[in-house]
Amino acid sequence: MSWTPIIEGVSEAVRLILSADKTVIEITLRSLQTAGYATLIASLVGVPLSILVAMLEFRGKGTIKFLFNAMVGVPTVTLGLFLWTLFSRSGPLGSLGLLYTVQGMALGQAVLILPILVSFTVSAIESKGNELRDLARTLGASEYQASLVVVREAYSGVTLALVSSFNRAFAELGIVTMLGANIRGVTRVLTTAIALETASGELGLSFALSFILLAVVLTLNLLIAFFQEGRLGRQGWLRYIMGER
Amino acid sequence: MPNLAGFKLNRNVMIAVALIVMVTAGGFIWNLTRPQEKESLIVSTTTSLYETGVLDVLKTRFEASNPEYNVSFISQGTGLAIETAKRGDADLILVHAPSSELAFMETGFGVNRKIFAYNFFIIVGPAGDPTGVEGLGPVEAMLRIREMGLSGNALWVSRGDNSGTHIKEKALWAMTGLSLDEIKLEPAGGSGGTWYIEAGAGMTATLQLANEKDAYTLADVATYLKNVKNGNIQLVKAVDSGEETLNVYSAIVCAPDKSPRGMFDASMLFVQFLASDETQAMLETYGEEEFGSTLFKPWVPELDNPESDIVTWVEEQAYLDGSECPTQYRHQAGSLYR
Repeated sequence: MSWTPIIEGVSEAVRLILSADKTVIEITLRSLQTAGYATLIASLVGVPLSILVAMLEFRGKGTIKFLFNAMVGVPTVTLGLFLWTLFSRSGPLGSLGLLYTVQGMALGQAVLILPILVSFTVSAIESKGNELRDLARTLGASEYQASLVVVREAYSGVTLALVSSFNRAFAELGIVTMLGANIRGVTRVLTTAIALETASGELGLSFALSFILLAVVLTLNLLIAFFQEGRLGRQGWLRYIMGER
Repeated sequence: MPNLAGFKLNRNVMIAVALIVMVTAGGFIWNLTRPQEKESLIVSTTTSLYETGVLDVLKTRFEASNPEYNVSFISQGTGLAIETAKRGDADLILVHAPSSELAFMETGFGVNRKIFAYNFFIIVGPAGDPTGVEGLGPVEAMLRIREMGLSGNALWVSRGDNSGTHIKEKALWAMTGLSLDEIKLEPAGGSGGTWYIEAGAGMTATLQLANEKDAYTLADVATYLKNVKNGNIQLVKAVDSGEETLNVYSAIVCAPDKSPRGMFDASMLFVQFLASDETQAMLETYGEEEFGSTLFKPWVPELDNPESDIVTWVEEQAYLDGSECPTQYRHQAGSLYR
């Protein structure tokens, strides 16, 4: 009997996808929307910040990098709890009305993924860093032009940082639970729906939603690999997936 | 995948990783080799019981008189509590949804259902009675809240998680004669949203949501009082409890032929303990100190007054085929049913 929920889950997932179940589509789209907003907000702040941190030499640079690295592992419930108190009607940001909205959840996820984005981007830029910049300078580039060269060369690293950040936001549960409360038709996303169906004892449906979540993550990552084809050459994306660069 | 964008494994990182692995493995092995003298009795229980802290008192008392057992509680919604028991991961369940309980026993997974306590659900809402539900019964109050909801002047939050409380809420809406499927789609005035909000969350999260939105919701008394005491919510009791909001807690033991855990006797011991005079007396006063109000009413003493209102209500709402536990679902029950 122990395999039943998984088998039921697979067939239920297939059925839900084939029948284009309205609720499932809506929940999936909301998940994409929330994580998309979050990645957008985080990258608008994070990418320029990373360039500055990676390129400039200043006191406390090591501390800043350490802090961002350490924050990568912050538990989502802790962050959710903290933001919940901020966003709550009686909290400091209560007047913004962010609690129990997609925007609020996205902002929370943006805070969550910012450290991942910054850490990955900084190390991507730094790994291409100094030698390349020196080379560009010796070839007569200005400081600004040399920085651009480095960022362009770090392209695949920055893409990876963005994709990882999106995946983290898309798959996290703690923040959307606390800031969204899983309201049907308003803040219900894939992960909270999975938690709910599990709590209700609907294991088959839980698995189905989980498979959909996995399928979306895999598809997105495949697409990104595909679009890197241009940079990686013919069949490059295949080699990219296989791990041979 | 490309390598992790320049993240290098230097010696310090390797030492740190080695340390973490060693500590984790050490802890794991230590845990495995520790002598396990006590048998673990696993009770799958609804969150409303768990959050009151009453289970800790039960655990302490049961273990004091039965030192060979160690009682563990898994706190879940009624739906998952039953599913956990069906999968053989628990020995008995404490729940409050008679229809699900019957289904659990009908499939052969559960036996020897025993009602041990009851209390009343309450409808809570914003202070000041803005919808004018004071003095109404629960069903009339819900109709009134819907009316005010349709004009954009009230909101209702539902647990929406198939928990015992949610099942009760659905039963109450059924008593209003309205269709819940239609209610869910009704707009709240011209605001674009609906006045019926389906949370899909636990009781505390739902109360907090209702509190934020100045909405009404159905709550179990214990979780409500706990959140009031913690200062989490300012909601007040909007409607007095009555027959319709009765909330009955029962214990059901996993059937020995379906449960791989072999803890039937210990489970029966626990159910006997729940129904004992001492435990029933404890339940009667539990909560006064901490919450300023009792949370449960013991059920077993009520059986001495078979003509009382409460016995009639329980018989109507929480008996299965006119009994706490119909004989076909009893198994070596001993003196459990008088």
